[in-house]
Amino acid sequence: MENKLTRSLYRIPYLLWILLFVIVPILLVLYYSFFDIEGNFSFINYQKFFTPVYLKMTISSFWYAFLITAISLLISYPTAYLLTKTRHKQLWLLLIIVPSWINLLLKAYAFIGIFGTYGAANSFLKMIGIGSRQILFTDFSFVFVSVYIFIPFMILPIFNALDELNPTLLDAASDLGASKWTTFRRIIFPLTIDGVKSGCQVVFIPALSLFMLTRLIAGNRVITLGTSIEQHFLVTQDWGMGSTIAVFLIIIMVLIMLVTGTRKRGV
Amino acid sequence: MDKKITPLSKFFLAVIFFILYAPIFFLVIFSFNSGDTMYNFKGFSLEWYRELFQDTRLLIIVLNTVVVAFLSALFSTIIGVLGALAIHNAKKRQTKNTLLSLNNVLIVSPDVIIGASFLILFTMAGIKLGFYSVLLSHIAFSIPIVVLMVLPKLMEMSPTLIDAARDLGASSWNVMTKVIIPFITPGIFAGFFMALTYSLDDFAVTFFVTGNGFSTLSVEIYSLARRGISLNINALSALLFLFTLLLVVIYYFITQRNKPSGMGVRKR
Repeated sequence: MENKLTRSLYRIPYLLWILLFVIVPILLVLYYSFFDIEGNFSFINYQKFFTPVYLKMTISSFWYAFLITAISLLISYPTAYLLTKTRHKQLWLLLIIVPSWINLLLKAYAFIGIFGTYGAANSFLKMIGIGSRQILFTDFSFVFVSVYIFIPFMILPIFNALDELNPTLLDAASDLGASKWTTFRRIIFPLTIDGVKSGCQVVFIPALSLFMLTRLIAGNRVITLGTSIEQHFLVTQDWGMGSTIAVFLIIIMVLIMLVTGTRKRGV
Repeated sequence: MDKKITPLSKFFLAVIFFILYAPIFFLVIFSFNSGDTMYNFKGFSLEWYRELFQDTRLLIIVLNTVVVAFLSALFSTIIGVLGALAIHNAKKRQTKNTLLSLNNVLIVSPDVIIGASFLILFTMAGIKLGFYSVLLSHIAFSIPIVVLMVLPKLMEMSPTLIDAARDLGASSWNVMTKVIIPFITPGIFAGFFMALTYSLDDFAVTFFVTGNGFSTLSVEIYSLARRGISLNINALSALLFLFTLLLVVIYYFITQRNKPSGMGVRKR
């Protein structure tokens, strides 16, 4: 029999990965957040973060993420519900998921064409008599495209939750005289809340941080936390400030994970 | 539950499917445009495809993307399987949960944070930005996905299988190669496949850690799209759409294959 040491050697690559690519990067971000643009140790980045410019940016980023999540949920819940009632539901679900596999940038690019000055959306508006508008590079186009991209990710967990719902519970409710609305409010929704929570989680965090969408679709009209981090790291080269915003984004992420709860019970 | 769908709900679903697919087909249709705009369809032509296949720079980028995807999927699968074994074999529950939480950090982190922190990491470590930094970061963010694909397979494996193998005189190495690995093979395949697609699809992390000389397809599409409409991208997206459909079919078969084997075990 081999000794204990050689038998645990196989753990080394994985533990090394955890150390180098999980723990160290987070510590480095934290470390860099204490340096100003000249490389001196200071708290100036944190002071800057609490000035109106950055606070306003954070709040507006939150507001957009909230809007995107809420609209996605409003569209996805009924869709998921109706999908569970179709005859070949797994096939329909697959068809919902296919667009989510297509490269995000290509979808954004499609909307540059559709929302452009002479694009399909404007020709449609002209046809129904509204006349052409500026659609691309507005906050509307940003919210629309984000919702478009996130819908499949929201539908999937809700669909799974609805699919696991025991149909006898609904029979019992209607036997006991519950109306459709009462059944939904008291039984269906509470039992699928976990799906809703994980759906919101997978939409809200990326909605705060996807910088390529704001760049391609919203022009400079919308600046999210993600856009701001990218700006600081790759354009102005102020890594300290970028790291500070990243620290706050990590804190927000952890808070959201705590609020939306752990999906899986124990392992 | 009443199984009937009202016409109104059918209409609702039809609208959703239309919205989901319209932009994609819009892109594909205009890739056959002989004009050069995305609003005026002049006539059918394959001109943009011809141009695409003559663009050697782009072909090199495609090759880069594929090489990075396969290498990163390979390495992350190896390390991920070892990681899943490490988590599975952890004696204490506490250790197991800690490892699992650390494993999931990169899955839930936004791409910007992964990208920015890896950029700092590579700069501090003195690794030149380019092929190796991109490959390393792709391996890094694919490992947790592989772990999550392999771990359920390990969980559903009955420990009596290993006991039986040991009773029959198998060494640890034999137990590993003859019992454990064959049992978790579907999970390994699923993990490899997911790692491959994550790598092919990644934009944000690559964008941060790629230097000037090296580019992947996503980064290239981004820089082209920032310059505006060019029907080259449409032709490219039509090809990528076909490729994606192929991946979905493969994924479908992998998951189908996983299910019966899992059920079979439970019956025993």
